[in-house]
Amino acid sequence: MSEVGKRQVRVDAYDKATGRTKYYEDLMPQDALYVRIKHADIAHGIVKSIDTSAAEQIDGVVKVLTCFDVPDIAFPTAGHPWSMDPGHQDVADRYLLNRHVRYWGDDVAVVIAENEVAAMQGVRALKVEYEELPFVLDVQKAMEDGAPQLHEKFPHNILKHTDIRKGDYQSAIQEPGLIKVEGWYDTPTVQHCHIENHGCFAYEENGRIVVVASTQIPHIIRRVVGQALGRPWADIRIVKPYIGGGFGNKQDALYEPLCAWCTTQVGGRCVRIDCSREETFVSNRVRHAIRFHIISWLRKDGTFAARKVECYSNQGAYASHGHSIVAKAMGSFPQHYPCDNMECDAWTVFTNRPAAGAMRGYGMPQASFADEANVDECAKAVGMDPLAFRMQNIMPQGYEDGFSHNVNYYDSYRECLEAGRKYIDYDRKVAEYAKDTGPIRRGIGVATFWYNTAVYPISLETSSNRMLLNLDGTVTMQCGETEIGQGADTAYAQMTADVLGLKSYKDVHVVSCQDTDITPTGLGAYASRQTYVAGFSIRKTGLLLKEKILAYAQELTRQAPYNMDIVGGNIVRVTDGKVLMSLSELAMTAQYNPVHSEHITAESTYTIQNNAYSFGCTFVDVEVDIPMCKVTLKNMINVHDCGKLINPALAEAQVHGGMSMAIGYGMGEQLLFDEKTGKPLNNNLLDYKLSTVMDHPHLEAQFIENAEPTSAFGTKALGEPPACSGAPAIRNAIYNATGVTIDQNPMNPHILFKRFSEEGLIKD
Amino acid sequence: MYDMLALYEAKDVQDAVRLRLEHPEAQIIAGGTDVLVQMREGKRAGKALISIQKCDEMRGVSIDAEENIRIGSLTSFTHITNDPIIQKYINVLGEAVDMVGGPQIRNAGTIGGNTCNGVTSADSASTLHAWEAIVEITGKNGVRRIPIKEFYLKAGTVDLKVEDGEIQTAILIPKASYDRTWGHYIKYAMRNAMDIATLGTSVNARLSPDGKSFERVRIAFGVAGPVPMRAVSAEAFINGKAVTLANIEEFGRKVLEDINPRDSWRASKAFRSHIAVESAKRCLIESVKLAGGEL
Repeated sequence: MSEVGKRQVRVDAYDKATGRTKYYEDLMPQDALYVRIKHADIAHGIVKSIDTSAAEQIDGVVKVLTCFDVPDIAFPTAGHPWSMDPGHQDVADRYLLNRHVRYWGDDVAVVIAENEVAAMQGVRALKVEYEELPFVLDVQKAMEDGAPQLHEKFPHNILKHTDIRKGDYQSAIQEPGLIKVEGWYDTPTVQHCHIENHGCFAYEENGRIVVVASTQIPHIIRRVVGQALGRPWADIRIVKPYIGGGFGNKQDALYEPLCAWCTTQVGGRCVRIDCSREETFVSNRVRHAIRFHIISWLRKDGTFAARKVECYSNQGAYASHGHSIVAKAMGSFPQHYPCDNMECDAWTVFTNRPAAGAMRGYGMPQASFADEANVDECAKAVGMDPLAFRMQNIMPQGYEDGFSHNVNYYDSYRECLEAGRKYIDYDRKVAEYAKDTGPIRRGIGVATFWYNTAVYPISLETSSNRMLLNLDGTVTMQCGETEIGQGADTAYAQMTADVLGLKSYKDVHVVSCQDTDITPTGLGAYASRQTYVAGFSIRKTGLLLKEKILAYAQELTRQAPYNMDIVGGNIVRVTDGKVLMSLSELAMTAQYNPVHSEHITAESTYTIQNNAYSFGCTFVDVEVDIPMCKVTLKNMINVHDCGKLINPALAEAQVHGGMSMAIGYGMGEQLLFDEKTGKPLNNNLLDYKLSTVMDHPHLEAQFIENAEPTSAFGTKALGEPPACSGAPAIRNAIYNATGVTIDQNPMNPHILFKRFSEEGLIKD
Repeated sequence: MYDMLALYEAKDVQDAVRLRLEHPEAQIIAGGTDVLVQMREGKRAGKALISIQKCDEMRGVSIDAEENIRIGSLTSFTHITNDPIIQKYINVLGEAVDMVGGPQIRNAGTIGGNTCNGVTSADSASTLHAWEAIVEITGKNGVRRIPIKEFYLKAGTVDLKVEDGEIQTAILIPKASYDRTWGHYIKYAMRNAMDIATLGTSVNARLSPDGKSFERVRIAFGVAGPVPMRAVSAEAFINGKAVTLANIEEFGRKVLEDINPRDSWRASKAFRSHIAVESAKRCLIESVKLAGGEL
């Protein structure tokens, strides 16, 4: 009977495949005015004046607003739950439009017009006068004395520094006979590249502001819009329809606050902001480029005596999610390969680049790249096979983290690695590929990661849920954990059907759209939390609803509630299996009962105080064409232990998407900036080398289904984990094939040419 | 929504010439896969357009009375790839244009637009240079034909006289060029689809009847200079030589005497030069195989 664990078709599949699904643009009122943004074309400076006269003359232009017009309110943008502790609140460093320009692409003015052409002509007609300031793009240069300062309150541009100290690093490295393996590892600035660019529209209604937005986090956006405009939060209503992906970019207040303010400047008329792809690359959010410095001290038996890790995180111009990302990256090291003596330091540093925020993996793809590159070097230094080295040193069964109290209940890492080893035919291929000596060489690489599910204990973890028994015996369900393309609604339907004993997940109508006036408060889609966290409130609310149903059934059947259950959509007497009545019959009778009419609903909130480790690995089989500086991926597998699968088909799809993202991260993606001007060079999908389906090998997704003991349905994180270990696995496969280390991604032909030339594989 | 001043639709070639004379400031649009992109970027914003989409006589592939392969300028990339004449006589051109963008772009984009853009990276351009194509231009004074090398004046500029109402109407491959000749194209790009060439290399070879020596080898590059270019020193070296790997190696090295790639953020000169040598060798080896030669 169970719906959980079945390969069910997505609840939104047919509408999405036939184009009926409504996104924000499909809901747009026809008379919406176009807001188009004037982005700064310098990397750092102060706006002295903006001449709007020519723009205002253009036919169709309604209003021009500049950085001199906006409220004097700085606000935070990160999509974190609000904290009642002021010390834990996000940094408020943004204005709706900025006089102090901190990156090429900063927002300095808007033109509001009757049509898009007039709005764009207006933007081009604005004349901005700047006082230019020196700028800095590199994270470590920004920390130097005398570097250009971005924010007054943060000397040396350091947003935050934290550390981890374990054991005694300095004493530990005195142990005789240790082997030192040191490296610098650089990861790039990349962008999410979700299909639907961010956009929104806003209008005033009954003295309140309605914003319909392509966002992952409607309830959090309501708070940020309220803060930015200096309005009570309940003055703001956010509606989140279907969205075309987010990957964390939309876990931030993007242009919702500006759009909400613009409607108040044109008498409440509907205004729209639609980001172009070029704007999305530069003026939304990007992934943090993090530079790592790792020193590992190894004993001859291949165990770690001590490790030192420094992480320099390039925040870009504004704080957004800030230090949370690199703190998570740094925190991965002591748990990934436990070692008694560790010194870890992490800095988050402002630079004149686009603001970095949340992106799928939240620091882990960066950390995994650096850690797994260093670990492959360590294996080589002690003469061990890289897989054997990992088997020996990786987090053991029973490991418990002192901070989150997460436990590795099973021997998940080794189970995942064994499955990957078998699938890729590791031992045979490593031996065979070692014989390659020509221009074309093959290699196998492996990399691992761990990931937390949800954000406890760092932030609040809560989910609310409402269920309504419909007259036809189906159930309508609502929660604040959003569908963003990942398939959450389908998982919710399957879980709800199971808790309530419905015949099919199709008997659950998940209200996909969140409306902050109606939807129970939730935090949204991020941190790979939705299935895990919503699972608790689904179970709690489902049990409440069931109790109410059985209580009413008692009235109608005179049977004791404990002798009844809901099975296949019927009230059943469990003592003999007799079907007493259908849910529809019960709902109809309850609704139209002349003496005791009731619409049967339940609502509850569940706040968790636990978290769960999610584990996995990637194996990749590559062919390197040395003269052509090209890597071809021949086969690739991810193995995950994300607990029990709610829907294996959706889980595989999630893994395929993450592997694709990891391929792009490993092989092609990098946002480039002109060193002389700070201008982004390749903020379009032609010059930014996102991988295509033609660049993908077969993507194999396998699972080790160890039920997570803390979970409502045995499940845990799978949203972000698939994007974490692909890039370092590719790096290690190239290393295995050629003996050449590449300690930066993307590992594109340019860097392969440089490294192969340096190592003498290419002689021109 | 495009910032477009006006759209004039030509009924046929003569009408297009007339419209061009009437509206010399207007931009010709065929498939629109470049013009509309530039208009959206603001580069051609506010311009009037002359569409030649309805000039059906400019579409299709045929063999004319002089045995030239005649490719109408409006012929789409997809059409060229699937055309039996192309497949029989100059299959490499079909392969080269099959590497443009993605399927939708190839359905809409035309070979005329690809060459009239005057850009060095166009996937058709290096092959058309290597096969010494002839460009047919129609204007108020009638038709003139010029070698494709002369059609490209400089980066982004081709030899079309707006004051004469000229438009490109066809591309011709003479029989002397395609007879007993086989070629190969390597598009070197950063990914396997939806990309612009970092370097395009097109080589073709005609072997002696016994297959032992190179009767005529031609090689052209895209992105090795501001416009597509032939590597004449490499050609001069290999012609008449025996079909051996050693000669092909030297042919590859010789291209460095001809090409002049630039350093840019898209790729360094050193990298493009390295890839040019390797691609030249691989293209010639493949051409020899197609021509029935042995190595």
